[in-house]
Amino acid sequence: MSDAVAGARSAADRISKLRRLNAVLTKQTELRKALVAQADAARPTGVLYGMPVAVKANICTLEFQTSCGSRILEDYRSPYDATAVARLKEAGALIAGATNCDEFAMGSSTEHSAFGRTIHPIDKTRVPGGSSGGSAALVAAGAVPAALGSETGGSVRQPASFCGVVGIKPTYGRVSRYGLVAFGSSLDQIGVFGRSVHDAARVLSVISGRDPRDNTCEDRDPLRLPTVPENLDGFVIGVPKEYFPPDLDPGVRRACDRAIRILRELGAAVREVSLPHTPYAVPTYYIIAPAEASSNLARFDGVRYGVRAEGPLPDVRALYRETRGAGFGAEVRRRILIGTYVLSSGYYDAYYRKAQQVRALIAQDFRNVFDRGVDLLFTPTTPTPAFKAGAKLADPVQMYLSDIFVCTANLAGLPALSLPIGRVKGLPIGGQLMGPHFLEDEMLEAAYALERAVPATEEA
Amino acid sequence: MTASPSGWETVIGLETHVQLSTRTKMFCGCSAAFGDPPNTNVCPVCLGLPGALPVPNEQALKLALRGALALQCTVHARSVFARKNYFYPDLPKGYQISQFEEPLATGGTLGFFSPERGFVMASIVRLHVEEDAGKSLHDRYPRTTAVDLNRSGVPLVEIVTGPDFRSPGEARAYLLELKHLLEYARISDCDLEKGSLRVDANVSVRRTAGDPLGTKTEVKNINSFAFVEKALGLERDRQIAELEGGRPIVQATMLYDSKANAVRHQRTKEHSHDYRYFPDPDLPPLVLPAEWIDEQRATLPELPAAKRERFVAQYGLPRQDAAVLTHTRAVADYYEGVVHAGADPKPAANWVMGEALADAKDHHDTLRVPAATLAELIALVKGGTLSHQAAKKVFGEIAAKGGDPRVIAEALGLIQVADAGALSAWVDQALAASPAEVSRYRAGETKLLAFFVGQVMKASRGKADPKLIPAVLQEKLSR
Repeated sequence: MSDAVAGARSAADRISKLRRLNAVLTKQTELRKALVAQADAARPTGVLYGMPVAVKANICTLEFQTSCGSRILEDYRSPYDATAVARLKEAGALIAGATNCDEFAMGSSTEHSAFGRTIHPIDKTRVPGGSSGGSAALVAAGAVPAALGSETGGSVRQPASFCGVVGIKPTYGRVSRYGLVAFGSSLDQIGVFGRSVHDAARVLSVISGRDPRDNTCEDRDPLRLPTVPENLDGFVIGVPKEYFPPDLDPGVRRACDRAIRILRELGAAVREVSLPHTPYAVPTYYIIAPAEASSNLARFDGVRYGVRAEGPLPDVRALYRETRGAGFGAEVRRRILIGTYVLSSGYYDAYYRKAQQVRALIAQDFRNVFDRGVDLLFTPTTPTPAFKAGAKLADPVQMYLSDIFVCTANLAGLPALSLPIGRVKGLPIGGQLMGPHFLEDEMLEAAYALERAVPATEEA
Repeated sequence: MTASPSGWETVIGLETHVQLSTRTKMFCGCSAAFGDPPNTNVCPVCLGLPGALPVPNEQALKLALRGALALQCTVHARSVFARKNYFYPDLPKGYQISQFEEPLATGGTLGFFSPERGFVMASIVRLHVEEDAGKSLHDRYPRTTAVDLNRSGVPLVEIVTGPDFRSPGEARAYLLELKHLLEYARISDCDLEKGSLRVDANVSVRRTAGDPLGTKTEVKNINSFAFVEKALGLERDRQIAELEGGRPIVQATMLYDSKANAVRHQRTKEHSHDYRYFPDPDLPPLVLPAEWIDEQRATLPELPAAKRERFVAQYGLPRQDAAVLTHTRAVADYYEGVVHAGADPKPAANWVMGEALADAKDHHDTLRVPAATLAELIALVKGGTLSHQAAKKVFGEIAAKGGDPRVIAEALGLIQVADAGALSAWVDQALAASPAEVSRYRAGETKLLAFFVGQVMKASRGKADPKLIPAVLQEKLSR
C-alpha cells in the first residue's frame, strides 16, 4: 500500500468522524472509494502528492456531484473537471469530497444549503460562516489540510475568520473560473482554505495561471511562492478607518489592535488611510451580484439537466415556473428577483449602470491608497465572531452586512486573505490583508510573518 | 409586384442574420457543420453546462470584421459582448451572447438596383456579432418538442439597414446584392436552405413620402428569396386595407406562412420580451488590434460593384453583361482568365455568358472547359479555322471529355475548308439540289443568296468557310 493510499484512508476516516458537522455532501462510502482510487492513480512526482483537498460543491469534479447546495442540481454530475480541480489532480492531490455551501454560494452562514446547515466546529450552536462553510469547517476540524472554496463577496475569507483558518481570495483573473458554477461572473474567484498560510498558498500556486478556456483569466504564469521573511522592514501597511466603525465588536477591535502592534514590531510602518466609498460597497454588491446571478441561473430550467418538475403541465412556461419555483430555495429566488428587476428596461440606468459607476469609485479608492506608497491594507475580516445559527435568517440585510469588510475586494478585483489573529470568548476571529492586483506574493510575505508572531488561539 | 398601390408609400427596413463561414462555433471548438445527426456537435460550452465559459473564435471575428469593411462600415476597435436574456428550450444558457450598446460596426452602405428607382444606396445602421440558438423540432415526435443543439453557438452577424426600401422588390434586390457581396468576400455561403441567411423585415406604409413613418410591424420567418416579395407584399396590402378601413396599425410581430401564402399575427405573449441586456461579464470588451483591421482591409477582394464598373471600363462591355459576368466571383475570375489567355473581351463575354454558363447550370455550377482552352477555341473561330456552329460542338465535346480544341475539331472533321476544289464541288451539289431557287435567283431574286450559303454549309456539313462561299456562288450563278 502506497503512502498516498494510506493517507487517503486516514483522510476518509477523519471526514467520517466529523459527520455531525454536515460539512461534506458526498456519501462516506462513495468518498472513501473515490479517495483510494485517486490515491492509486496519483502522480508521485506531483508537488501536492497525496494531499487531500476538499472541494466546494459548486466546483465541477468528475468524482462527485456538483449540487451547488441546491435541490435543482441534486444529482447533477459534471462531465468534466474544473480547471482548478484538473490542476490539483495533475499535482497529485486527492479530491476529498464535495463540501456543503449556501445554495449557489448565496449566503454568509451555510444555512441556505438545501441539504441542511453546516455546524461550527467549535460551537455547535453557531454557523461556520459562508457561503463556503463546509470547506472552512472541514479544514478547521483538521480533516483535510486544505480545501477549495469560492468567493463572490467574501465567501472564503468570512468563514475562514469564523472558523479560525486561513482563507485566500486571489486577484480576479489569477485562477481560472472554468468549471466554477457562475454566480456573479465579474466577482467570482476560486479561493483556498488552509490550516496555515503555507498550505493555502501551495494549493493556490498549483491552481493559478493562464487558462485558454477562461477569457477573464490573465495570461500569467502560476503564482510563485515567496519565502518566509525575517521581518517586515520596509512594508507600509494602511489601516482604513472605515473598517473600524464605532459599533465594531470590542473583542474584534482588541484582536486587530494587537495584530497591528505586532505588525509594527515586525518592522512595518502602519498608517491610517481612508477608503471613502466603503459605505456603498454592500448596496453596490447587492445590485451587481444578483443582476449577474439572475442571468447565470437562467440555465437551470429543467430542460437539459438537473431536476425537472413532474406532472401534467400546460406548456413550457409552466415547466419553467414549477421547476425553478420548487428547485430554488428562498434566498436564491430573492436574488433572482432583485437581479431581474435591476436589469429591467427602465430600471437599468438607475440601478445596474449606477452600481457599476460606484464600483469604479470603490476600485479607485484602493488605487489612490496603493499609489501613495501603501503596500497592503490591514482590517478585521468580519465585524463579529461566528454568530448563532438562525440569528440572521429572518433579516437578510443583517446577514448581508456580515460581509461588509470582505465584499470590497471582490468589487475591486483585489487579492485578499484572512488569517486567525485571536479568540473572542473562545471563538476565532480573522484579520484581513488586502493588496494591489497580482501582488499576492507581498501579501503572503506579510501573512507568513504575522502568522508566526500572532497568538492566534489566545483571547484578545 | 412592383410599386405600392397608388396613394401609399411602403417603407421597409431589414435585419439579416448571416452565418459566418467558420469551421468551428463562436465560443467553443465544436464543429459548425450543417446536417450532422442531432446533438453530436456539442460540448459543455454550447450545451450551457454549469461552469462552462465562452472563448471567442478568432476566425469568426475576422470574418465579421471583413463583412463590416465590405459594407463600408465604421469599425469600432472596441466593442462589447452583451447578454440577451430570454427563456426558450433551444437557448441552453437562458441568454444569447450578442452585442447591444457597443456593436462591432455602424454606419455602412450597400448600393443596389431598385426595380423602380434605379441605383439606390441602402444605409447599414449596424453590424454585430452573435451566437445562434439551437433548433426546436416540433414535428419529430408527437406532442413533444425535441431540441437539437448542433446549431447552438454557431457564429452569426446581424446586419441592420435603415428604413430605406420602398417596395418588396427593393427589399429583394438589396438582399440579393448583400448575398452576392458576402459570398464574394467569402464571409458566408448565404445558403438559405441551411438557414445561413435569415431575414426579418420591419414594414410600414404612409400616405406620402414626406410623412412621418407609419406604425411598423415586424415580419419574421421569411426563409427564401422568392418569399421575400410575397411576404412583404402581403403585409403591405394588409396594412393598407386596415388603414383604408379606418383601423390603426398595431405594432406586432407577423409570421409568414409560405404554405398558406399568408401573414398572421404571432401570439403577442410570446414576444413581449424585456431582454435585460447587460455586458457579458465572461467576455472582456473586444479590442481589435489595428494590424488585424489593416490585414482584413488589405485582403478584401475587389467587391462586386467595383468589379462590375471595372469590366465596363476595361473591357468595353455593356453594364448588363458586366453584371452577369460579375455575379459570382468564380464566373468573373473565369471570364478574366479567358481574356488574359488572349481572347478578345467581347467574344469572350458572349462565350462565357452563352455556352459556358449554360453548361455550368446543368453541371452543378462547374465551369468545365478551362479558361485557356476556351480562349484557344475562340482563337480558332477568329482565325477562320472553325465556324461558330462547329466551335459550339467542339465546346460541348471538351466540356464532356476534355481535350485540345484543334485535335477535337480535326477528329470530328469540323475544320473549315478553304480549298477551292472542295468548295466548288459543294456549291455545285447545293445548286443541283435546288433548281427552282436557282431559276428564281437568275430571275432577279438575289436575296436568295443567303439561302444558298446555308445549303452549301449543309452540304459541307459545316466544314466550308462561310466567308468564301458567296463569291463562288455568285460566280456560278451568274454563268
